[in-house]
Amino acid sequence: MKKTVVKICMGTTCFVMGASELQELEEIIPKKFGNSVDIQGVTCLDYCSSCSEAQAPYVLVDDEVINKATIEKVMEAIERKLNNGQE
Amino acid sequence: MDKNNQATHLKKEILVKTIKAFLSDNFEENTRLIPFEMRPKGHEVPYRCCIYKEREILRNRIIATLGFPIEGSDERVLLSNYAKEAQKREKPDEQTLTVLESACKGCVPNRIFVTDLCQGCVARPCIENCKFGAISIVNGKSQIDSSKCKNCTKCIQVCPYHAIVKIVVPCENACPVDAISKDEQGHARIDFEKCITCGKCVSSCPFGAIHEKSQIIDILTRIKQGKKVVAMIAPSIVGQLPCTIYQLKTALLKCGFYDVLEVAQGADVTALNEAEEFRERIENGQKFMTTSCCAGYNNLVDKHLGEIAPFRSETKTPAYYIAQICKEKYPDAISVFISPCVAKKSEALKNDNIDYVMNYEELGALFVAHKIELSELEGTQYEVEPSREGRNFGITGGVAKSVEAADNGKSEIKPYLVNGINKESIRALKGFAKKGECEFGNLIEVMCCEGGCVGGNDCISNVRTATKAINEFTKDSKPIV
Ligand code: SF4
Ligand code: SF4
Ligand code: FES
Repeated sequence: MKKTVVKICMGTTCFVMGASELQELEEIIPKKFGNSVDIQGVTCLDYCSSCSEAQAPYVLVDDEVINKATIEKVMEAIERKLNNGQE
Repeated sequence: MDKNNQATHLKKEILVKTIKAFLSDNFEENTRLIPFEMRPKGHEVPYRCCIYKEREILRNRIIATLGFPIEGSDERVLLSNYAKEAQKREKPDEQTLTVLESACKGCVPNRIFVTDLCQGCVARPCIENCKFGAISIVNGKSQIDSSKCKNCTKCIQVCPYHAIVKIVVPCENACPVDAISKDEQGHARIDFEKCITCGKCVSSCPFGAIHEKSQIIDILTRIKQGKKVVAMIAPSIVGQLPCTIYQLKTALLKCGFYDVLEVAQGADVTALNEAEEFRERIENGQKFMTTSCCAGYNNLVDKHLGEIAPFRSETKTPAYYIAQICKEKYPDAISVFISPCVAKKSEALKNDNIDYVMNYEELGALFVAHKIELSELEGTQYEVEPSREGRNFGITGGVAKSVEAADNGKSEIKPYLVNGINKESIRALKGFAKKGECEFGNLIEVMCCEGGCVGGNDCISNVRTATKAINEFTKDSKPIV
């Protein structure tokens, strides 16, 4: 099965606007989803330059961009992905 | 409340926009336009009744960001004028906090309230148990006469349906010294005679109604004027940004700072002096000593806890020593303390060697506005490498450990940690002062914020991740002695 890839932006803008909190995902995700999700902290995804800091932090779940990302929003997106994959 | 909620997001967004405006070629006009940029015509109205109210509230938040009080600000004065005046200001305002009345209105005053869960039961224990006769049945449900209610909460305890609740005002509830309360108009007011500038109300207000008056424009103006502006970074900065402190130095130099010093260097002086002072005091028969590095605690002692003053160490704070080192090295410098909390602003006002304070949120916003990608920078070394202990000052227990390490086994130190100032710990401290001893230890470390400075009201990261980052960073630093 193809793994779901979660990329958390750790660029300056995203970090300051709230991604600092998302670091917790690195513990939460493996606990909940085990090996089916691959999680990476990445440098600026370059959404901040086009869409401004107002919508940061950004997280990518596969090819879905989540803006103003929170732990809840990211977890929900992962669950949706995993459920779709099973159908 | 979570560290990263909508209210802090909004405050940071405004900071970024204000700094961007400053860096642009027309600060004044671009500042005036921020509320319109954030809530353009036809924009959805996320929080308030209409777009005009939203803009008005944003305008007020910008006034605080420019360093002015919101109370008594003049509606007729354009934001561009405030921006202009901000650049002319010689000294920051005496009071560091200001309340945004128009945001505060939504909060109902503290009271006991009967919810819809009330079944109007036959037993009616609430009426039975209210000593003040405040409860009666109206339309089959119990109702509280607020003029008679004394907030004793007896009815809450006896209702079998848990139908009665206590509504708390978050800021009043958070304040350890009862310095903030709602006035007759329903607006929170801070009594600055009592306020210890701990910042707890700032973090607790769900409307983000309590603002710090930022000094960021003052600092940026000094840089623009070509002054030697030197940054002093507090130890708790580690883990607050996606970079090392060496990359942070590079970033600050890029923003126009002249040099960067680690406050941990000052913390080393504090630890060594405090260890010596501890030995002297114990030899002279005193049973315990408290630390003295936390600005919030120092304000508490000075304003409310005079009885513990004789037990508080006379040693100065790390900020004090590093600012002294800074001014000796660069007599013409403008020094900026980079801080996790608002309390340090009150300390700086009393110390001529600290010219300005910039908090972590403001620092982060500065890098965002400058579009600096921190993780891509090369690091820059510091002239002095402080010790592991000094670098650990910002986490609970860190100060006590440093004093122990600096003492190097000469005396028997038994640390006791006051991890966060609240009503309970204040009571405990009073007790120690009264008895002249503390049954739990002889070196009492007091930190106003839970977790230590990493729990400060202006931190970007949460306490857990920040503490982890500091431990990771300091494990390879050299020991203090
Ligand atoms: S918590 Fe305090 S400052 Fe915030 S809205 Fe309520 S009364 Fe106002
Ligand atoms: S800063 Fe602290 S002491 Fe001052 S009003 Fe707020 S909670 Fe109370
Ligand atoms: S910092 Fe996250 S998209 Fe640029």
